Amino acid sequence: MSNVLEVKNLTMNFGGIKALDRVSLEIKRNQIVALIGPNGAGKTTLFNCLTGIYTPTAGDIIVHPPQGKSRRINGMKINQITELGLARTFQNIRLFGGMTVLENVMIGRHCRTKSGIAGAIFLPKSTRGEENDIVNQSYSILEYIGLTKYVNDLARNLPYGAQRRLEIARALACDPQLLLLDEPAAGMNPQETRELEGLIVRLRKERHLSILLIDHDMKLVMNLAQKIFVLDYGEEIARGTPQEIASNPVVIKAYLGVETDAEIN
Amino acid sequence: MNYFWDLFLGGITRGSIYALIALGYTMVYGILELINFAHGEIYMIGAFTALIAASLLTMQGLSGPAVLVLATVVAVLYAAAYGFTVEKIAYKPLRQAPRLSPLISAIGMSIFLQNYVMLAQTSDFLPFPNLLQNVELPAFLNTWIAPAEFMIILTAASLMLGLTLILKFTKMGKAMRAVAQDRTMAMLLGVNVNRIISRTFIVGSVLAAIGGVLIASHVGRINFYIGFGAGIKAFTAAVLGGIGSIPGAMLGGLVLGLTESFATGYISSDYENVFAFALLILILILKPEGILGRSSQQKV
Amino acid sequence: MKFAEELKKSFFIASWFILLTFPIMVIQVNTIENIVIWRWHNIILIGLGSFAFSFCWQIFLNKKSSTKLIAPAGLSPLNRLMNEPRLYRPALIIIGLAALIFPFVFSHYQINIMTTALIYVMLGLGLNIEVGLAGLLDLGYVAFYAVGAYSYALLNYHFGLGFWTALPVGALLAAIFGILIGFPVLRLRGDYLAIVTLAFAEIIRLVLENWNAFSFGPSGISNIPRPGFFGRNLTPEQSAIYMYFLLILLCLLTIFIIHRLQHSRIGRAWVALREDELACQAMGIDKTKAKLTAFALGATWAGMAGVIFAAKTTFINPASFTFLESAMILSIVVLGGMGSIAGVIIAALALILLPEYLRVFSDYRMILFGAALIMMMIFRPQGILADMRKKYEFHKTEDSRTIKRDVL
Repeated sequence: MSNVLEVKNLTMNFGGIKALDRVSLEIKRNQIVALIGPNGAGKTTLFNCLTGIYTPTAGDIIVHPPQGKSRRINGMKINQITELGLARTFQNIRLFGGMTVLENVMIGRHCRTKSGIAGAIFLPKSTRGEENDIVNQSYSILEYIGLTKYVNDLARNLPYGAQRRLEIARALACDPQLLLLDEPAAGMNPQETRELEGLIVRLRKERHLSILLIDHDMKLVMNLAQKIFVLDYGEEIARGTPQEIASNPVVIKAYLGVETDAEIN
Repeated sequence: MNYFWDLFLGGITRGSIYALIALGYTMVYGILELINFAHGEIYMIGAFTALIAASLLTMQGLSGPAVLVLATVVAVLYAAAYGFTVEKIAYKPLRQAPRLSPLISAIGMSIFLQNYVMLAQTSDFLPFPNLLQNVELPAFLNTWIAPAEFMIILTAASLMLGLTLILKFTKMGKAMRAVAQDRTMAMLLGVNVNRIISRTFIVGSVLAAIGGVLIASHVGRINFYIGFGAGIKAFTAAVLGGIGSIPGAMLGGLVLGLTESFATGYISSDYENVFAFALLILILILKPEGILGRSSQQKV
Repeated sequence: MKFAEELKKSFFIASWFILLTFPIMVIQVNTIENIVIWRWHNIILIGLGSFAFSFCWQIFLNKKSSTKLIAPAGLSPLNRLMNEPRLYRPALIIIGLAALIFPFVFSHYQINIMTTALIYVMLGLGLNIEVGLAGLLDLGYVAFYAVGAYSYALLNYHFGLGFWTALPVGALLAAIFGILIGFPVLRLRGDYLAIVTLAFAEIIRLVLENWNAFSFGPSGISNIPRPGFFGRNLTPEQSAIYMYFLLILLCLLTIFIIHRLQHSRIGRAWVALREDELACQAMGIDKTKAKLTAFALGATWAGMAGVIFAAKTTFINPASFTFLESAMILSIVVLGGMGSIAGVIIAALALILLPEYLRVFSDYRMILFGAALIMMMIFRPQGILADMRKKYEFHKTEDSRTIKRDVL
């Protein structure tokens, strides 16, 4: 299986503080990879480097699109990276609150469509068709995620769990090949978390997406991920299958902050 | 050489006034991330109150330093009261609002105060008595510097020193710095954030009022519109030095004052304000964090 | 008793305001003749005024915080009216007819005032693209207005260019100016952008004022020709009617275009940009491009309005392009409701016509604008007519969905 994304020796400095220190990871096509670690380990910083919000100090981020050439995306603009097929959600929900749920998803279609000002004013057939497609595709995504009952509601009026799912719907509308989910289960109740888990599994199976996931819910991570990377203080401390990670003494130490011996005794 | 020295002194004098007003901008921005557009109007109101007080006192037969001191005290009290009230009306109800709301409210407040003074007083320029004239300087200074300029620079310098000491060592100053760093955290630690914000406005207004009295008696005339130009220039100074930074505001004021003074002196006096505005644009485009400011990464 | 408490609080506030406004409101010194005028009656005015005001203020603020918890921000009756086709269709027809017969019923003077108001409708709608839709607070909008006006005046003076050629040229020049200014400054955060646009506008005004060789300085340019009517010269009265209809047409065109834009791919990108810049980029929208188009389009309208303004008044000087003008246009957008076309039109007409017909207003015009900006931000940030998002209806059929769209 080929890689979708490769990260090599990625380093991010904030005024002398190393938020990421020579982190490497790779995500294979149609694979769910989880990124875990204690608070402040640099997980979201890594996301921000991958999606172009930060420009990394050193290292390489390489995207392999399904067709076309591999691209090194360090320093590229945020929207260009989205166009290359990386779409993300945000840890602290960042929806367009004053727009309707459908419009939020329609925004995701922006980078896959192209009508401009002239098209908007004169509404030629091509623009009408494109606009219809945008609406239809966005609606199908809402159906897929199960948010159709909120279609015309303002995003800011949605219940919390629905807002989290709308973030995923919006990212899906960008036609990504790799979906980056930043703590999608945060603040959800167990019922909602279970539904989310089902959704992520379906995304991989039915939509053939690769997924990079950050979450603190270990049950969710262990159930979903085929591969887990563990960060602590900006460095990779372990990688492997869920079973390997669960029994890795270094990981346990990083999480619990105690000597593993003491833990065993 | 003499012309150069005059321009230099003129620049420092202007600059120290800009710095005094800029401190108000920078302190408020540091705490609320708000451009207090009405700050220039506080300065204007300070100058107007001082003019009224000074005229009344002169008619009562007082003269010299007594008038200067009393008029300044009245101006300071009133400016502080206005600053306090402006914050309560126009900004406090908007703490949770989107970022542009308080800015629009501030613009509204600025227009309101200008027209309030224009309607209640006059739209003409009023002559302002030269209160600084009567100060006698020792002979060795007299050849170098005019008394008014000396007084302005001295007052501004001591005020800034005082402010620095207050921020560094008093409980209030520490609380102010804490709120500027992290408002929520400061609140959790028991700092009364609303009170600190009010006090910040009061301190800023006091400095602006003193600046207003000094510049008005130096220039010799005021009208309701002086706050607009002075406000933008002081804001320029604050940005120049790095908004949010106290020493930055002082440095920015001096740099702006000198630039203006030399540019008008050697290039053209028609474009006095153009130089300041152009400097502001250049700084914001090339180095938005200013000379002493730190660049901030957006938190995601 | 809560009521008594509020009365007591209002009383304190009234006393505070009497004290606060005392030197400015009561004392007036004449430093030349050494006379002091004491205007004691103002104390009573301030006292009563601020008492009533603070009382209402508290009631409204309480109401605002309590309704927020119960229901999501309600729509104004006006908004509901706009959603009812049976009501707004006849209303539109009546307004249309009134607009048609207006110039034949009213005097030359009234027509001129209405034309001015319509220029502000155009300006308001143009600024609405920048502020209302894209969330770019432009405090220097008047600069583009000045570019339009001076392009016509100067091109006519030097090259004899006519109105109809100048209209697109002025609009284009303003758009180019918008792009030139926008390119470096649109990277800046919202509040910095506001100040930089303000500074740019002031620079342009100061240059116009001081560069005599180019712009004829403070004395301005006079004898700018009114637009001709197929080569015929019109009397001032005919010309006023002509200008009026010209503006009605241009306003309709503006409304049409902005309505189309608002609900297009570009328009949605602008609104998303206003709501959350970072998320907008993460959704694949090119921030710079979106901002630049909004800025340039807004500038285009100001440029057109400028050409028309120059043609209408036949005289321009830099005094027409001060910051207060920008502030007035901004008030129109904020009061009308950011992003709302109908709201902006209503606000523009109200803000320009009220001071003309109610003389009381004209003296207090700017102070009321200032107060209105503050009040709107606190009590009704969505404006008199909130921007309504377009709603879609979906009906399931066998193999495809048909989409029905609502107008608003």
